Parts: sequence; C-alpha cells; structure tokens
Amino acid sequence: MAEHALGARAGAGVSVIEWFTDPANWSGPNGIPVRTWEQLAMSLAAMALALAVAMPIALTLGHLRKGVFLATNIGNIGRAVPTLGVLVILASIPQIGIGNTAAALALALFAIPPLLTNTFRGIAGVDPEVRDAAAGMGMGSWRALSQVEVPLAMPLIAAGVRTATVQVVATASLAALVGGGGLGRYVVDGYALQNNTLIIAGAILTAALALATEGVLALAQRWATPRGLRTGRSAGHAELEGALVMEDAPVPR
Amino acid sequence: MSSRAVVATQAENPWISWDYIASHTDALAAAAREHVFLTLSSVLCALLLAFPLAVLVRRYRTLHSPVLALSGVLYTIPSLALISLLWPIFGLSPLTVIIALTTYALLVVLRNTVVGLDDVDEQVLDAARGMGMGERGVLWRVEVPLALPTILAGIRIATVSTVGMVTVGALVGYGGFGSLILSGFQQNFWHAQIFTATAACVLLAIVFEVLLHGLEWLSTPWARGRGRA
Repeated sequence: MAEHALGARAGAGVSVIEWFTDPANWSGPNGIPVRTWEQLAMSLAAMALALAVAMPIALTLGHLRKGVFLATNIGNIGRAVPTLGVLVILASIPQIGIGNTAAALALALFAIPPLLTNTFRGIAGVDPEVRDAAAGMGMGSWRALSQVEVPLAMPLIAAGVRTATVQVVATASLAALVGGGGLGRYVVDGYALQNNTLIIAGAILTAALALATEGVLALAQRWATPRGLRTGRSAGHAELEGALVMEDAPVPR
Repeated sequence: MSSRAVVATQAENPWISWDYIASHTDALAAAAREHVFLTLSSVLCALLLAFPLAVLVRRYRTLHSPVLALSGVLYTIPSLALISLLWPIFGLSPLTVIIALTTYALLVVLRNTVVGLDDVDEQVLDAARGMGMGERGVLWRVEVPLALPTILAGIRIATVSTVGMVTVGALVGYGGFGSLILSGFQQNFWHAQIFTATAACVLLAIVFEVLLHGLEWLSTPWARGRGRA
C-alpha cells in the first residue's frame, strides 16, 4: 500500500487541471495509462470468466426452455448482494488474497446474472414456428441453436454482454479498496492522504472510462446485430427504454 | 500489509461466529439503523423528485428521449466516482451518500414511471375522456393505477439496489453495514465481522424485496392471476 501512496504524486494544493496536465501522472506504475490498463485487464479477465460460466448454461437452458425460474430470479439475487461484501470476503480468503485476482473474481460473479438472463430470454424467446421450421429442415439441436436461435437472439445477447461489461468496468474501481490497482487507486489513495485533487481526478477518470465503455459497446452492439434484425431508430429506442424497466436492470456499484 | 498477512494465517478466524454477533449487537444495531436510514431517505427523496418529473416529461413530449437517454448515461457512472465527486461539496456527511444514491434511485423510478405511463392503452384514455374526466382525473384515476405495477416494480428495484450501494458509502464514513465490512477488512481480515455484515446487508435487501412485493400485490388487486410481471 505504501508504494501506491508514494506514487500518488499530486500534493494537496494542486488543482485538478494541473494534475491532469502534469506529465508525471501520465507515466510510471502509478500513471494514468497503467492504471487504466489495470482496470481494463481486470474487467477483461472477469468478463472472460463470466462468459465461460454463464453462456453454456444460458444456451443450454434456453434451448431446452428449462430453468425459467433461475434465469429470471438470478438478477434479483445479484442485486441483493453487496459487491463490496463479496469483494472483501474474497480478498480475505488467504488462498485468494488481496488485490486484482479477488476483484476479478467478484466482478465475474456479478457479471453472470445479466449475461444469463438476457441470453436465456433471447434463446427461449425464439418463435416456436421458427424452431419447428428448423427441425423440419432436418437441423439437429446443435445446428438449430448455432444457426437459427443464436442469430435471432443476438440483439438480446449483445445487450446482456454490454450491460455486464459496463457494470464490470465501473465496478472494477472498487478493487483499490482491497489493495488492487485500477483507476480507483487514485480515489482510495486520495481519501487516505486527504488529497481532494487526487479524489476528484480519480472520480473523473473512473466515470470517463465507464462512459467510454458504454459508448464503444453501444456501437459494437449495433455492429453485432444481424442486419435483418436492425430496425433503425425504433429498435434502438425500444432497447434503451427496456433496459431499466426489465428485471435485469444493471446496478451501479 | 505484512502484519495483516501474519494475523490472517492464524487458525481462530471463523466466518460464522455467534460469539461475534452476541458481543457486537450494539454495533450491528447501529449499522442497521444507519443502513435503513440511508436507504429510506435516498429512496424517499427519489420518489418525491421522480413523480413531478415524470408528469413533466409526459406533458412535454420533447423531453422524453433526452431524459431517458440522460438517465441511462448517469446510471453508468460508478457509485465510487459519484460519491467522490460530491464529497468536496458535502464533506464527510450522510448527505454525500444520500444525494448520490438518490440520483441512482431517481433514474430507475423515473424511467419505470415514464414507461409505465406510456404503456397505458390510448383507447382506455379515450374512454376515460369520453366519460367526462378531465386531464387530472385521467392521470390519477386511470393512468397511474394502470401504470402502478411498473411504477412499484421500479421502486422495488431502486430500493434493493440502494441497499447494496449504501455499502460504498463506507468510503466517506457513512456506509451502514459497509463500514463494518471495510473496518473488518482493515482489522486483519476479521472474517466474522465481514461475513456477518455482508449477510445482514443481504437479509435487509430481502426484507425490502418481500415487503415491496407484498405492496405490489396488495395495491394491484386487478393484476392478480394474470401473470403480469
């Protein structure tokens, strides 16, 4: 922890603008590029783990149309559990230890509900007549799933991935509370050193990264949607409104 | 950090300890009071702001898309960042936490209220007007009751999310059970305190979830048995 504190160069009395324009804050192990990369690396690891766990379960359950209860209620469970608690519990297990590993595991756990719910809804919601048609054309389970159901469910699957990723990138800022890195480091060090500049600069950086992730993924989501399912403004609009009204509303942490 | 690691390896550090609960009832009760206070004040402030805003958005349709888009953008800002941005203004006070959490709760309730009101069938409104109801009567006696399931679901989601987010308030000294979680971590990975406070937080969220589900059920007798979410 000591080296983090020393690395936080900005002294009290430096304005936020001066802090951002100081080249010293843009290089080294406590520089903005390294801290940003730490946060993204943690998020990528968490998403890879969450996708590996959630997708096989959601695709199987969705294809078989079983487990509606699990898929619709896991979001409620995820909402009720405090991220900070899970993060601290994992970091307090000696085999895991403090730092980025504990954070990535906690983030992965909270990314599973939106992935599972959206993918399940997308696959299970495919029109039964379309499924019949696929079976009638002689498609087996695997081909029907991979060539018919997944493409048709892609808008919802992509929405789930986007929700989960934005939530993970935003929440990764809490890693600093358990001795991890990332942009939250500035905020947590700022509180420890009673340095307003550091707190505000860190808050701006974590917020900016979350917003940038949301923006990039909104574009990627459009790109990932099969052309035939893109219906221009109206679809984007419906998705926007639906996002928080549904039970799988993302949770800022 | 090394001193922590040494203590953490000691054998006597159970996750579940009745002794801890029995000997810390006062601290747990104080954390519970603070947690409930922060949750309820945030959600109530959000409700007081959300309904007038929702009615306003309904009256002036041009506000519709910008408000929904803005609420989505604000919602992606991490609570750590929002609390920290408010901290220089409001300092180490419950207000810092309440204002940040009010913002998030407001977005959910506003969104659900606007969408719930939007979903009311236009023909029903025509019928109400045809029966001679004024705008106010249509709003309060037709639109709001029909939108109630969606509005109440928004309040429930906002409340349960707020219970979890209160913990981040530990950063500025007002985090309810979150303060116990964080101080347990800082006191040589005190498993009993960390686990008890986390479990208590989950329990509190479940209590709110059940109570608000009950309220939804009681206040929308016409929706029962129709399988509406």
